Amino acid sequence: MIGSENIQPLLEVENLKVTFSTRRGLVEAVRGVSLSLQPGEMLGLVGESGSGKSVTGFAITHLLDRAGHITEGLIRFKGQDITRAGGADLRSLHGAAMAMIFQNPRAALNPIRTVGQQIADAILAHRRLSRAEAQAEALSLLKAVQIRDPERRMGAYPHELSGGMCQRVMIAVAISCNPSLLIADEPTTGLDVTTQKVVMDLLARIAADRGMATILITHDLGLAARYCARVVVMEQGRLVEEAEPLTLFHRPQHPYTRRLVAASPTATSRIEDLVPDGERIPLVAVTELPPPHGTPLLLDVKAVSKRFDDGTVGVADFSMTMRGGESVGLVGESGSGKSTTSRMICRLIDASAGEILFDGQSIGQIPARDFHRSELRRDIQIVFQDPNDSLNPRYTAFDCIAHPLLRLMNMRSGDKLRQRVEECADRVGLPRELLSRFPHQLSGGQKARVGIARAIACKPRLLVLDEPTAALDVSVQAVVLQLLNKLRREDNLAFLFVSHDLNVVRMMCDRTIVLRTGVIVEQGESRALFANPQTDYTRELVDAVPHIAPAPA
Amino acid sequence: MSTIETSSTLRHTAFVLRGNPVTAIAAAGALLLALLAISAPWLTPYDPIASEVSAALQPPSAAHWFGTDQLGRDVLSRLIVASRLDLTIAVTAVAVSFALGSVVGALCGYAGGRLDKAVGRFVDVLMAFPLFVLAMAMVAALGNRVENIVIATAIINLPFYIRFARAEVNIRRNLGWVEAARACGESHVAVVLRFLLPNVLPAMAVQMSLNLGWAILNAAGLSFIGLGVKPPTPEWGIMVAEGARFISTGRWWLVAFPGLALMSAVLCFNLLGDGLRDILDPRMRT
Repeated sequence: MIGSENIQPLLEVENLKVTFSTRRGLVEAVRGVSLSLQPGEMLGLVGESGSGKSVTGFAITHLLDRAGHITEGLIRFKGQDITRAGGADLRSLHGAAMAMIFQNPRAALNPIRTVGQQIADAILAHRRLSRAEAQAEALSLLKAVQIRDPERRMGAYPHELSGGMCQRVMIAVAISCNPSLLIADEPTTGLDVTTQKVVMDLLARIAADRGMATILITHDLGLAARYCARVVVMEQGRLVEEAEPLTLFHRPQHPYTRRLVAASPTATSRIEDLVPDGERIPLVAVTELPPPHGTPLLLDVKAVSKRFDDGTVGVADFSMTMRGGESVGLVGESGSGKSTTSRMICRLIDASAGEILFDGQSIGQIPARDFHRSELRRDIQIVFQDPNDSLNPRYTAFDCIAHPLLRLMNMRSGDKLRQRVEECADRVGLPRELLSRFPHQLSGGQKARVGIARAIACKPRLLVLDEPTAALDVSVQAVVLQLLNKLRREDNLAFLFVSHDLNVVRMMCDRTIVLRTGVIVEQGESRALFANPQTDYTRELVDAVPHIAPAPA
Repeated sequence: MSTIETSSTLRHTAFVLRGNPVTAIAAAGALLLALLAISAPWLTPYDPIASEVSAALQPPSAAHWFGTDQLGRDVLSRLIVASRLDLTIAVTAVAVSFALGSVVGALCGYAGGRLDKAVGRFVDVLMAFPLFVLAMAMVAALGNRVENIVIATAIINLPFYIRFARAEVNIRRNLGWVEAARACGESHVAVVLRFLLPNVLPAMAVQMSLNLGWAILNAAGLSFIGLGVKPPTPEWGIMVAEGARFISTGRWWLVAFPGLALMSAVLCFNLLGDGLRDILDPRMRT
């Protein structure tokens, strides 16, 4: 589309259409995408799930699965038409000319070969070298991707490496034959934010050093903005907008881009801003009065620790307090113990030491095994991370929401139950006609709503939210966050919001606790904490979040 | 409530069967076998036990489609009646080992720890024996009765169900909906029995179908070596055993027909299991 006339583009895609044959007939996943890429350029391909961004990437590299076909269009690589390339052409194309980096590096690596062998395999597939020469080359590649102690790591198996390390190995495999085009499909999704930064910085530097063009496929606008010179936005198989990141974020032209930009939380956005006016959930105006003196704390966690059976310490000496209606964020990277902590407070697992008081009563004394019989079970509820696995596949949405009512409120099946479930569905904005559906018949956002409706059905006083939006698209996340905020105000619910997304926590929580390897690093009022972190670790976390630069005033 | 699910299951089943006619044939065969077993007493042209020495060892004819045996009994009638016994043994044995194995396996998979280790080692010990020999020993020790054949067959099938249920529950025990059930006020035991087990049933149904064929073979095998049902009770294994004596004199029908019946029954259940996997696995429904 754009691009200077005199240089020949490395890659040109013209009106690409990809169709999948499924049981319900043909589905057009990509409906006419055109783009071009100059040598050495980094292009961001941004869109939500189902936008066709990955399919576009797969079509370019000829990695579409059997059901997918390019029905129309042209792909030119270095001026050569590769749309229908096959056999030997394809083999020389793969790896040597273009390489791909996948989302889940652990799944993309062969678990029973050492990483050194795998890199060497990739080299030997395209170049005539001896095994020893390939091994030597592999070692230098491991050095290039900055893996510490590369000599020793050559003999390591993928499961012995962390997710970030595995992704570096994948990068080493991808660049092993010096491709001129690298396609990175969500390369850092699932990695911690600090690891994401390290991996992306590395990828960007290697691409720049070696003059490789890169297509970065991602759902994260901030990430694309930080690393790409040009970003294209896709929606439902179509390319809706193409611009430089700054222009795109500050003057989005297409309505979809505008929605997407608004929904992406930044360092300054407020919950109210995430959704365009028309769809905004009206907030109940509540003047938050400080609770009267003498009100017991809702939650008082005193020096709680968790030591697992194998001796590892999950959480050490964790203390916190919460008042009724307060919202507290718990942030940390994977392995920081935030999920363990939330489950101890939720009384799903036992603490090894310490005390948990809820509304003045000691609940830490009741074994998690017996807590389901406690009167307080209904007061502490939880919303789980992945809506896809938080609903029983054999329960309809109705059954899911009715479950706590039947068990904890002693309700019986009948009109009253139906009425109550419908009320809950209404509150979370789930259309009543969806109540008879099974989880696999619902979208991710709808499943998230069912999970929230189930958690609030018994009118709890404390709601633990374990990464409630981590698996959702940003536009769905925006709506769900607004919904949670509304419910909190209506019911004076206290939130313990567990998340790795600092921007979301800053918007949702009054106070934030930063956890690292089971120990509290820092805590304080959210805005102050993120604006002016006191510890190096928090600062590192905050800096690693890919932000969109605020609009020039 | 469940009409949507039912109709979509039917549609899905129809889809799988259209694309996989072998499964349809196997299902029809299994159904036919079951009908045959249920209505056996009304279908037999002759009394399966009454001997008539004057008509002994006749080759297949219009009067006796599958011929007669050394005592002049109609092979077809005996074959039909035998299906009842063989199927009953197999179904009961598989049901017992499924009921026991799935519950024990599910509890182990959920609880882990010492219980899991203890049961796991017991299963290992069981698997270390040649299973058919183990069944032989059990029947020999307990006595040649139908109940004992059922028990022996159930026990040698047990390890598969325990391992299977354990593995399937183990991968699900940390899923959100399992924890959600606990937060909804369910005890650990209720979570295992009312939530996890129903979710692994489809996968286990496949195992059951494959196992049925194996259990039939096992029961017939025990009878064949004289450790199972006693003559003159019609049973496929005994019929083959008795007929084997006459095969050298060219009386092929005594062995061929019960052998074919055995083979087709086992084949039906095995092929059905293969197709069940496609029907019951929700991931196949795209």
